[in-house]
Amino acid sequence: MIKLKVNGTDHSFDGDPEMPLLWYLRDILGLTGTKYGCGMALCGACTVHVNGEAVRSCVTTLQSAAGASVLTIEGLGAQGLHPVQKAWIKVNVPQCGYCQPGQIMQAAALLKSKPHPTDSDIDDAMSGNICRCGTYQRIRTAIKAAAKEVA
Amino acid sequence: MSTVQNLSRREFVKGMFSTGAFVLCAQVAPIRLLAGSTALSTDPVGGAAFHPSVWLGIEPDGAVIIVASRSEMGSGSRTGPAIVLADELEADWKRVRIKQAIGDAKYGGQDTDGSHSIRDLFDVMRQAGAAARTMLEQAAAQQWNVPAKECKASLHQVSHKPTGRKLGYGELVAAASKLPVPIKESLKFKPRSAWRYIGKDTSLIDLRDICTGRAEYGFDAHVKGMLYASVEHPPVLGGKLKSFDDKEALKVPGVKMTATIDPFKPPHVFQPLGGVAVLADNTWAALQGRQKLRVEWDNGPNTAYNSADYRKEMEATAQKSGKVFRNVGDVDAEFAKGGKIIEAAYYTPHLAHASMEPPAAVADYRNGKVVAWTCTQNPQEVQNTVANVLGIKKDDVTCHVTLLGGAFGRKSKPDYVAEAAVLSKKAGKPVKVVWSREDDIKFDYYHTVAALYMKAAVGADGMPTAWLQRSVFPPIGSTFALDTTYSDPDEMGLGWSDLPFAIPNHRAENGPATAHVRIGWFRSVANIYHAFAIYSFVDELAHAAGRDPLEYLLALLGPDRIVDRKSLAENFGNYGASYEQYPIDTARLRRVAQLAAEKAGWGKRAMGKGEGMGIAMHRSFLTYVATVVRVEVDGQGKLRIRQVDTALDAGTIVNRDTVLNQFEGAAVFGTSLALFGEITATGGVIDQSNFGDYHVCRINEVPEKINIHIVESDAPPAGVGEPGLPPFAPALCNAIFAATGKRVRELPLSKTKLA
Repeated sequence: MIKLKVNGTDHSFDGDPEMPLLWYLRDILGLTGTKYGCGMALCGACTVHVNGEAVRSCVTTLQSAAGASVLTIEGLGAQGLHPVQKAWIKVNVPQCGYCQPGQIMQAAALLKSKPHPTDSDIDDAMSGNICRCGTYQRIRTAIKAAAKEVA
Repeated sequence: MSTVQNLSRREFVKGMFSTGAFVLCAQVAPIRLLAGSTALSTDPVGGAAFHPSVWLGIEPDGAVIIVASRSEMGSGSRTGPAIVLADELEADWKRVRIKQAIGDAKYGGQDTDGSHSIRDLFDVMRQAGAAARTMLEQAAAQQWNVPAKECKASLHQVSHKPTGRKLGYGELVAAASKLPVPIKESLKFKPRSAWRYIGKDTSLIDLRDICTGRAEYGFDAHVKGMLYASVEHPPVLGGKLKSFDDKEALKVPGVKMTATIDPFKPPHVFQPLGGVAVLADNTWAALQGRQKLRVEWDNGPNTAYNSADYRKEMEATAQKSGKVFRNVGDVDAEFAKGGKIIEAAYYTPHLAHASMEPPAAVADYRNGKVVAWTCTQNPQEVQNTVANVLGIKKDDVTCHVTLLGGAFGRKSKPDYVAEAAVLSKKAGKPVKVVWSREDDIKFDYYHTVAALYMKAAVGADGMPTAWLQRSVFPPIGSTFALDTTYSDPDEMGLGWSDLPFAIPNHRAENGPATAHVRIGWFRSVANIYHAFAIYSFVDELAHAAGRDPLEYLLALLGPDRIVDRKSLAENFGNYGASYEQYPIDTARLRRVAQLAAEKAGWGKRAMGKGEGMGIAMHRSFLTYVATVVRVEVDGQGKLRIRQVDTALDAGTIVNRDTVLNQFEGAAVFGTSLALFGEITATGGVIDQSNFGDYHVCRINEVPEKINIHIVESDAPPAGVGEPGLPPFAPALCNAIFAATGKRVRELPLSKTKLA
């Protein structure tokens, strides 16, 4: 039996401990805000926070998340929009929007560790997150806007 | 071409509006479906020839509900038409909700491709909005017993100017419902100067849901009791299942069953590829089970497909005479005169769409009927394909449209929805088919591979006196008829037979190539390789003449004029639009080229060592675009794209911010295909499989600055989603030539050493 906390709620799971967190969140808990994009930690669409760190849930097994506290896009703005979400809305970042929950979770983790990221910090933190629509310029602008708000 | 009529209301609106809502029914005749037809059906429920449709309803609480008939894949097609309607209705945008239509011919064409949603729906939405506004004004006039002309609708209420009385839209719903819908000819439209939303910045209606994870895509669709399915496809197109062993697969916890899907009957069109599916309680179990399948295939004749050999064949074909699609003057006579001849050959590879959301669909088959929930660009094609594959009636297929996590043309082909329907029938339960990224990359409807040959005779001033262009590629037509090896006028009209230059002798040809993979529409389609060859070649000619590429380009374009329709191919498609309404106007091309150049500082900016600027322009999807790219290449050959300036004239624009976002995105999409994009096959099997070997741009690889410049225009609306892409790659490669003296004649750039 694996126990973990998701968005502040306790859960337990007695299925395949090798199941990636991604499919547990999506198919078992019905939290579909976290997206599948590649299954190999290549695109970042599945990014969530595990104990405050941004991780790729598609390669994070439930076993390795046992006892952890998981935050998904649904939980990020539960108590009012997170500054990163506000910035994303203000800048009109999304086109199709599919990658954006992952981008937002990654950006939120970046700002937690680096409240005033440089362009190179943004490159380093965000280069694992693909946006096929090509909204990168707006992502950069929104991260800087969110940084200002946090400061 | 569209009319608004007085139609009965109830039938259309089941489930969409509450009872008591005021619903305007507009009979809409989309241009494409109407061609050659004049009769109007009197059957409001959608008779055979014409399909009446509802576009909006107003609830008693004043909420305005607008129906979106096109799919949202990131280009704003769900929000844009509603903006037009809301503007003409004088609705308060904050009180507008959008409901997605199911697939139904009564909405006219619903295919969200070809960058034509705004163009198709602009007048339709204005008529629907104006009719409803007029009725609300009439209802208020009746209530106050005053002349209707004294009543004016503005921002969700109608006021009577002489007395200052006001009634909200919600309060007028009951009375307005009893009025006849005015005929189109009687409608008065708002003047352009009074537009409230059209041409301004409006956020996508789904913005907040996207940013909070609540937006529902096809991959997220869920029906109670459904099984999750993953399909093992034949690795080579046309391959057939010989045998399979599912013993180990069935042992995986959560796996419920396996099922086969029949191979398609040629031509493949949008039928499933066939294969073996594993159905399970959850996606992970289905994927695990699939890995444990042991399958033997009979791969068939397409195992002969090897990209390297195929390229040689295509390039050889490009050296031979082809089928003529446009002929002006006498190219051969001019070449025979001798003088200076310049030739060049170009090559562009297959590309995969690689939308972030791979194909996915839920289908529920019961008693000969199917209900589907899916990310599709074309729900009506879902109806067709599912009906054909299952042998049921089209009307027995209901297709709900979710948001699309990108599409770029892939999701106009609903093979994956048919897979879900077949499996649901076999399982006796609703089934969700999910494609892995590997499935998506290996079994796409690929953007075609192309070889292009260009030849010009130039005079003393370096200007061409004769110009021959020949393209060779397996055409999209091969998806619909396997033996199609030559392109067709519509495809040739995508940037090849519509060359706008003033050259006295000109010929556009196409040579044959046989398809060995599924070929399909991809953002900008044939314009990508056509524009790459044409605008690279123009740059080559400019440098050969020792002239400034911008100055040369504009000289080649010639005097401002409407290109004579007669000089184009007789069957030139013009993107389905009338040439009178959307002619090729060289003045608009000149303007965008000059604007992009001016904003980039062309000829003014001091360029250091290894720096260079390149330009290309292109009209596609009826929109005029020019792009200037500035690059820096260091001694090691490392390329940096410093700045992109794109100028565009898309006629009347609806959502300015969406236009900017689409063209910013096109520069990034263009960078991906120019730098990295390549799909190859060995033995008929696609070599790439995921983002590791099919690289698309990341945030650290994109142009450092992308500036978009919109030309204000009151011309009719044109395309926005696709036209930004074609000029990008040639502009980039021309910049690289300016910076390094290296001419890039094949994509992707990763093949060429720049140092």
